Amino acid sequence: MQWLSDIVAWLVRDGFGLDPAGRLGGSIHFFIYDVIKIFILLGVLIFTISWVQSYFPPERTRRILGQRKGLGANIMAALLGTITPFCSCSSIPLFIGFTSAGLPIGVTFSFLISSPLVDLASIILLASVFNWSIALAYVLVGLVLAVVGGSMISRMKMERHVEAFVFNSPVLQNADGHLTRRQRFDFARGQVAEIFGKVWLYVLIGVGIGAAIHNWVPEAFISALLGQDKWWSVLVATVVGIPMYADIFGTLPIAEALVAKGVGIGTALAFMMAVTALSLPSMIMLKRVVKLPLLLLFAGIVAVGIIMIGYIFNAFGTMFL
Amino acid sequence: MIIKILGSGCKKCIALGENAKAAADAAGISAEIVKVTDYAQIAAYGVMSTPALVIDDKVVSTGKVLSVSEVAEKLGTA
Repeated sequence: MQWLSDIVAWLVRDGFGLDPAGRLGGSIHFFIYDVIKIFILLGVLIFTISWVQSYFPPERTRRILGQRKGLGANIMAALLGTITPFCSCSSIPLFIGFTSAGLPIGVTFSFLISSPLVDLASIILLASVFNWSIALAYVLVGLVLAVVGGSMISRMKMERHVEAFVFNSPVLQNADGHLTRRQRFDFARGQVAEIFGKVWLYVLIGVGIGAAIHNWVPEAFISALLGQDKWWSVLVATVVGIPMYADIFGTLPIAEALVAKGVGIGTALAFMMAVTALSLPSMIMLKRVVKLPLLLLFAGIVAVGIIMIGYIFNAFGTMFL
Repeated sequence: MIIKILGSGCKKCIALGENAKAAADAAGISAEIVKVTDYAQIAAYGVMSTPALVIDDKVVSTGKVLSVSEVAEKLGTA
């Protein structure tokens, strides 16, 4: 969005009387430009995506998944995870609903990994902040992580680590019938309002941190901690990101600023994935339906996967930028 | 009549609860609104997307904040 960047540069120069290339002017430019850009993308994307999502309520996803077996089911679960409407507050009922209907828990975990990690909005946002090859590569590795992680959980026969009441829950078929176009429109509009309400603060904080990194933190400091040549960079980014709770919209500006400071693309992606896929609040929620060994296995597989993805991207990342 | 709102207590559940109350009041029905926040109990209704509306132990809507008039419609058919 060069046009927007130009308008903001003009505003910073003529409106505030600051040099957009200077330190203060530069951070103000980064902040205003990124906030507007992310909010525009957010509005358009969430509306479009919610429209698509309205065709895939969880009941339908469950039906589709029930018809498949083995690896095919895990792949389908990872794919459907990208489009099924899903907020962290409904992850538990969804887990119970899938499991009680007889879906293997590995398939459900493929869905649970892919759902926060890869969604259509994140793809387009990544493409506009970085470029299309990075966005597609991110999606691909995200899906692979979901499929492999879920399959491993299936292999290990972890069913006994699921709380018993989960299996004894009844299965309710679709309570609602077909949606009219009007209802889809209302759903999509409602989603935009809801997601805006939920993420605007994270976006502002994320962009604020991004702007600070962009113009105030010395490059030498960042590269000493997270530089390409430091073997621990991906590890640090992942470990710092895991307990944090934010979504991709808030983490993207931080990743953007880090990459601009010479941090490897793999390190930045590992940080984004760790923040979105694993968080303390979602772990606490999951703990109510699964026992500790399964929870730790899930977190462990995802964390190791993210770290591996980070190193792979750092090794081959120059191909993408 | 007992109207139950299933959901972990997020904003949407509160909104649905208020709409349900308003709809019942408008229809002159004396209804008791019960909030169900325990996951095990929500699961016992087989509900996957919250908030869900349960009228006299029958699930009539899931995953949506129904407007006052939509709740009224459900009350009429329930």
